[in-house]
Amino acid sequence: MSESDTRRWNHLKKILERSSPFCHPDFEPGTGILDFLQNSCKLLVVGAGGLGCELLKDLAMMGFGNVHVIDMDTIDLSNLNRQFLFRKKDVNSSKAEVAAKFINERVPTCHVTPHHCKIQDKNEDFYRQFHFVVCGLDSVVARRWINGMLVSLLSYDENQQLDNSTIIPLIDGGTEGFKGNIRVILPGITPCIDCTLDLFPPQVTYPLCTIASTPRLPEHCIEYIKLIQWPKDNPFDSNIDTDDPAHISWIYEKSLERADEFGINGINYRLVQGVIKNIIPAVASTNAVIAAACVTEAFKVATSCCPLLNNYAVFNDADGIYTYTYEAERKSDCITCSPTTAKYLDIDDTNVRLEKIIEMLSEHPQYQMRNPALTIELEEKRKTLYMPNVPSIELKTRPNLKMTLEQLGIADGCKLLVADITNPRAFEIILRIKNNYVNME
Amino acid sequence: MAVPSPKSPEPSERSRKYDRQLRLWGDQGQQDLETAHVCLINATALGTEILKSLVLPGIGAFTIIDTEIITEDDVGSNFFLTADRIGEKRGSVASQLLCELNPDTRGHFVDESLLKLLDLNPIMFNKFTVVVTASLHEKEIIELSHKLWEFNIPLLVCQSFGFFGSMRLQLAEHTMIKTHPDNQNPDLRLDCPFQALKDHFDSYDLEALDLTNHLHVPYLVILYKHLEKWRKNIDDNNALPETYKDKQIIRQNIKNSIRKHDNGTLHHEENFEEAIRSVNFAYNRTLLPTDIQGIFKDEKLLNLTSYSRPFWIMVKALKDFVENEGCGRLPLRGTLPDMTADTFKYISLQQLYHEQAIKDVEIVYNRVQQLLQNLNLPDDTISEHDVKVFCKHASELCVIRGTRIADEYEHKGNTDNEICQSLEDPDSLIEHYVILRGIERFYSEYYTYPGEIDEQVEPDIPKLKSCISKLLNEWGCMSSTKEDCIHEYCRYGNSELHSVSSFIGGCVSHEIIKLITQQYKPVNNSFVYNAINCSTECFTL
Repeated sequence: MSESDTRRWNHLKKILERSSPFCHPDFEPGTGILDFLQNSCKLLVVGAGGLGCELLKDLAMMGFGNVHVIDMDTIDLSNLNRQFLFRKKDVNSSKAEVAAKFINERVPTCHVTPHHCKIQDKNEDFYRQFHFVVCGLDSVVARRWINGMLVSLLSYDENQQLDNSTIIPLIDGGTEGFKGNIRVILPGITPCIDCTLDLFPPQVTYPLCTIASTPRLPEHCIEYIKLIQWPKDNPFDSNIDTDDPAHISWIYEKSLERADEFGINGINYRLVQGVIKNIIPAVASTNAVIAAACVTEAFKVATSCCPLLNNYAVFNDADGIYTYTYEAERKSDCITCSPTTAKYLDIDDTNVRLEKIIEMLSEHPQYQMRNPALTIELEEKRKTLYMPNVPSIELKTRPNLKMTLEQLGIADGCKLLVADITNPRAFEIILRIKNNYVNME
Repeated sequence: MAVPSPKSPEPSERSRKYDRQLRLWGDQGQQDLETAHVCLINATALGTEILKSLVLPGIGAFTIIDTEIITEDDVGSNFFLTADRIGEKRGSVASQLLCELNPDTRGHFVDESLLKLLDLNPIMFNKFTVVVTASLHEKEIIELSHKLWEFNIPLLVCQSFGFFGSMRLQLAEHTMIKTHPDNQNPDLRLDCPFQALKDHFDSYDLEALDLTNHLHVPYLVILYKHLEKWRKNIDDNNALPETYKDKQIIRQNIKNSIRKHDNGTLHHEENFEEAIRSVNFAYNRTLLPTDIQGIFKDEKLLNLTSYSRPFWIMVKALKDFVENEGCGRLPLRGTLPDMTADTFKYISLQQLYHEQAIKDVEIVYNRVQQLLQNLNLPDDTISEHDVKVFCKHASELCVIRGTRIADEYEHKGNTDNEICQSLEDPDSLIEHYVILRGIERFYSEYYTYPGEIDEQVEPDIPKLKSCISKLLNEWGCMSSTKEDCIHEYCRYGNSELHSVSSFIGGCVSHEIIKLITQQYKPVNNSFVYNAINCSTECFTL
């Protein structure tokens, strides 16, 4: 390290090279820690959006020298009120690439490597190279996938003892308006994302019959245009492109017509856009706060200078400033991080159709699958029951959806192999069928 | 297929850029932000982090007052200073790099010491909407506090020190109309339905309805009918179910009125289930909230003058409404929560609430006009729209009166007592506020910070301890701060950790946005952050 680089870190050096009664017992002050941050420690930031921009800045300023960032998105005008590494000229460029370039120019002691792709495009070897991962995502599915990936990298010995060297800590931040949360996950040791699925707010949905025949709210009218009128009229010969102003305008006008017809007030362009794009309000300040808290935890993980957040904190500054920390608990039968515990799905009888099983997997509070593919082991042979993602196989397996378990030859105790976008690995669910009787028909 | 001509209002570029925040504070809040001018004293990492989250959402202008020259240390903690600019003016470079974040914001830089400005040109502070400071010394805090109190400009004094930080807000008076409460009870008036609502309820005969209609009666109607029935039974026309037992009786009655299949099992009537779930809050008596009663007693109402702010004129009109036409109640809010119903039944009910609210607004508006006339103020001082917004949010109005920071340093007022009491609580973060004050005192005495030089960490511990003891003595406090904690602060040696400053910076900038937009309640009035265990605490000093 050059002398000027050394002086640059005078602030950090006082923390890292001095001892104090508040230090973590494992902490050994010295010059080696800063050297580790600058030269050896390698970490991944997932998401280069509102949180991601802040995370990259904070990590670079806290002495981290080798950071990778992954994001599939491109920059939109509406990002500029908080994603401060982007300018108007960057609109439509890759978030990961522009963010990396900015940090590399502004903070020469940090090198950021961008990956402009989906997290699913990278394999285990990619994720295994990092000391830890910091997540700044707005998607529950992506969060669960990363979590599943890091858990899948754990290895256990023959006595089911976890090999600690395979643990890649995950620091996760999330924001919505003036609210946010921070959590520190040590996969295999502390609760993972899937242990605490109930912490995510349920998605707002409206019953189809309300939308179709008894609308009361402007949202009902907008949903009607989106779900019923658009497929019927197909005004642009395409699916809805939520970024195309012509599409949003069309939906706005039709929603307004429908609302007028029913005497419903309150349709405006902003609301239409909000409902169609499922927009979550966001401000710079909350992102700054949550990212900063995540990076403070990252700094603790890398330096052992203080104990880690154990293990969940919430923040809200809508009314004064409020924080609360608590210890979330592991689920002994978590689908992701309890590999040896059997998982079950309870079913009333074998008259149930396969589509109902898929619905149950989506609604089950502990599974919350999005679009699962199902395979079953019958007489030691694998049989694909339904595969939604490959169009040719989807077509071939679609008739199975309407068949009952009995017709498919599935009985109590059968092992269902489930693959879903919420997890990089498929897992086994044992069907427990209450009335396993033969169909009387 | 022909593409329809877009007759919809395409949002402007500005409204697209700020879309995600307009959903929180609206166009009015944004306009307030765009006309605001914030002054930052000292462009430290904390200072620029505060400005960053103000420039991004589009604050009109900022001014940095700073006399420092950029050092290597600065570059290591401050994202808005770069190594190639070492030796230049800190405020100038920070202002320039912050302005790059948003072309809508104008940045200014004043290269002059604060004390000199306060002495020679104090009037320049009058143009600021809010003043915020970082790493200020005791003498500067006291003088600035006096001056801004006199000018009635909010002041936020902020610190970031190692793993800790604090913010102290000074404001003489702050009034808010839209406080955006998290869980607000709906304003339903089941206990005192206005005539049109009562007539509407009475027009229903639930038993006579066919099943489809029965399934689509709004739960408010069901609740009203069962209230009437219960009142008749107990022979009291004004009673409301207040005890658990009363509420259980009504819940059971509602359940019994759910239609049955021929085989005796219950129909699935969503609206009746909603009614049962709503018993707990929907029968609340419509009272004047305690906070509003307090505002009505405010001395500002006793002597309205032509200098009175529109807020107080509207409060006076509101008070007169409550005491006359309102029969002790606020104007109707006029919004109805969503409930299972068919379109016609829901919309006609919604319409009734809406129309009554408009009538109430009209009365309040007329009273406002009368007051304006009496005060010799022009009619358009307060618009009908202003009154409409005011009435809609009448139950959430809030007034905060703060204390002068200088009083805390000069031992006037009640602050000492507050600090002493909070120190008794071992879990309280107030200890850190006291230590941060002790560090300011340390600087006043030694012109350096404790632990700035490696060799000074140990010798500075007793020195800092004695500064803190002196403070505690002056406050008449018996308690002391923990030695371990003092050692920890000496270890920091005035180091500023970027992520700690960024956390506090985010918090402080949102507090400033609250002050500017007069929406959402600010911290009243002090805040401490502990990054070691990710906790915060607020105090009223």
